[in-house]
Amino acid sequence: MTSEKQNELKELALRVREHIVRLSTDGGCFTGASLSCADLLVYLYADFLNVRPDNLQDPERDYLFLSKGHDVPALYGVFAELGFMPKERLNNHLKTSDSIYWHPNRSVPGVEFHSGSLGHLPSVAMGVALDARLRGQDQKVIVITGDGELNEGTCWEAVLVASAHKLNNLTFVVDRNHFQANIATEELIPLEPLAPKFEAFGAEVRRIDGHDFVALEEAFQDLPFSDTKPSVIICDTVRGRGLPSIERRADRWFCNFSSDEVTELLKELHSQEATTLTSETLTVR
Amino acid sequence: MLRKLSMTYLYMNYEQLIHETALADERLIVMTAENRALIRNLPGPLGQRFIDTGITEQTMIGAAAGLALRGRVPVVHALATFLTLRAFEFIRTDVGIANLPVKISSFVPGFLSDGNGPTHQAIEDISLMRGIPGMTVFAAADEQDMLAMLPAIWASPSPAYVRVNTRPATYQHAPFEIGKAEIVSEGYDVTILTYGMLFEQALIAKDLLTEAGYSVGLVNLRSLKPLDSAAVLNVVKTGGLVVTLEDHFQMGGLYSIVAELLLENELTAKVLPLALKEKWYKPGRLSEVLEYEGFTGQHIARRIGEKLGDKANAFNERTEVIENQFAE
Repeated sequence: MTSEKQNELKELALRVREHIVRLSTDGGCFTGASLSCADLLVYLYADFLNVRPDNLQDPERDYLFLSKGHDVPALYGVFAELGFMPKERLNNHLKTSDSIYWHPNRSVPGVEFHSGSLGHLPSVAMGVALDARLRGQDQKVIVITGDGELNEGTCWEAVLVASAHKLNNLTFVVDRNHFQANIATEELIPLEPLAPKFEAFGAEVRRIDGHDFVALEEAFQDLPFSDTKPSVIICDTVRGRGLPSIERRADRWFCNFSSDEVTELLKELHSQEATTLTSETLTVR
Repeated sequence: MLRKLSMTYLYMNYEQLIHETALADERLIVMTAENRALIRNLPGPLGQRFIDTGITEQTMIGAAAGLALRGRVPVVHALATFLTLRAFEFIRTDVGIANLPVKISSFVPGFLSDGNGPTHQAIEDISLMRGIPGMTVFAAADEQDMLAMLPAIWASPSPAYVRVNTRPATYQHAPFEIGKAEIVSEGYDVTILTYGMLFEQALIAKDLLTEAGYSVGLVNLRSLKPLDSAAVLNVVKTGGLVVTLEDHFQMGGLYSIVAELLLENELTAKVLPLALKEKWYKPGRLSEVLEYEGFTGQHIARRIGEKLGDKANAFNERTEVIENQFAE
């Protein structure tokens, strides 16, 4: 990946994080969980997936299912930046005049399926992967789960069944931010060693830094990892990434900040990114 | 729409019907959570359109939703109790919220799980399924009834729950229409409203009561949601005793459906519920179960007779019940 491309993605991720912070008030949202997968979603929609605002009706497009639906601010932030929806629509957050609420739903173009209840979309994605194979279509079906979500047995059922059906067009991505809602995963229901668990269920697994665009590209460009197995990409991430004041904090899953706090957090966000971004994006802001 | 098959269904069984329908319409996908009793011969002819997910009711329903998202019409098979209870949230959330045309064929519902015991007794399935917005709910009186019903149910754009019943017909059924009940007879003393496998016992009870001098109505509801409200209201307006007969918990099933309809229409009626009240049923061979729980034709006639104040007719002739052919 060129450094120009990396900078482009970083700038996009910064704007997505701004949306996440701005949505964390007036009722709030799941800020910590959204920040952990912002880079992943930015990379996938901006650089990898064959999914664009103008091809959502094309049955041969790629599919992304967001099973950890509480990170919807990251998804909608990406959608707003990439033209799936007007940015102003984010102002309708938690208003009954629109359908921009704490979990994804199909009133927003680009959302393939509603989520909210954990452990559902691995199987829904598998249904789409089964159909794509039936039709002989060459497309990628990706489903993103949280790591806490892996407590749900249906996540594992789906890997087991996808392995049995040799669905190599299906990729399970884990946003491994090491936190459940209220507590670190390893303190509650330890998941490690995680990669061998998926391998034992018949999947081909890679584990990468989910905030590193180069690593994301290397892994995703290599899909499918096998001709006969589903793929798993475990993305190690940091909950609250981009805002050191809330990073890795168990009490920063759901946040409802005051408008003053939002202003401070935006400053904090920009001061962090200024160290890595060299373009004019930050100076003009 | 799935191609409507002609009257050929009269010469088919369930497997042949689904096979014919799948050949005529490539959208149809046969799925099972390793419950192959009714579809054993389909893996070969349907190839990749036969999908067995193993013993994973939840995952099967989720995958069915994914297939339906892509324009398929999945017909899913598993035991009624595991589908409606273990996979309930997947049906509600993935199929229900998205209002996808997933067609649920639920095997051995109600008394049809006879010897399995309470783990396998789907006797709250109607209650659960009808509570999901947009879900349609059906029960077949016997195999012929079911084969008459399924083409329209599969052709509909709605999600559908069907109580599968492959028992041989003891009655020549009328053509089926979604939302329409089958009026077998009209009567002014009593009318039995029923659905599913108890229809055959209701038919026997109707004959016994008729022989005893009563004017007896019998309605095979077929479509529990949408309900044939007009047919039920017509029965209520006769002023006779209304019997709700079902192999289901009394709470949430037909008795509740009728009660809701009466309230909605500001009507009252004399209603006798014959259902399972706050209990699972005693497991055994089907004939034993119906005898023990009081659901043979003879028992039904006797319970209705008692309600009508009957002393002269003891309904002493025992009803022979054809045993169920359980196949896992």
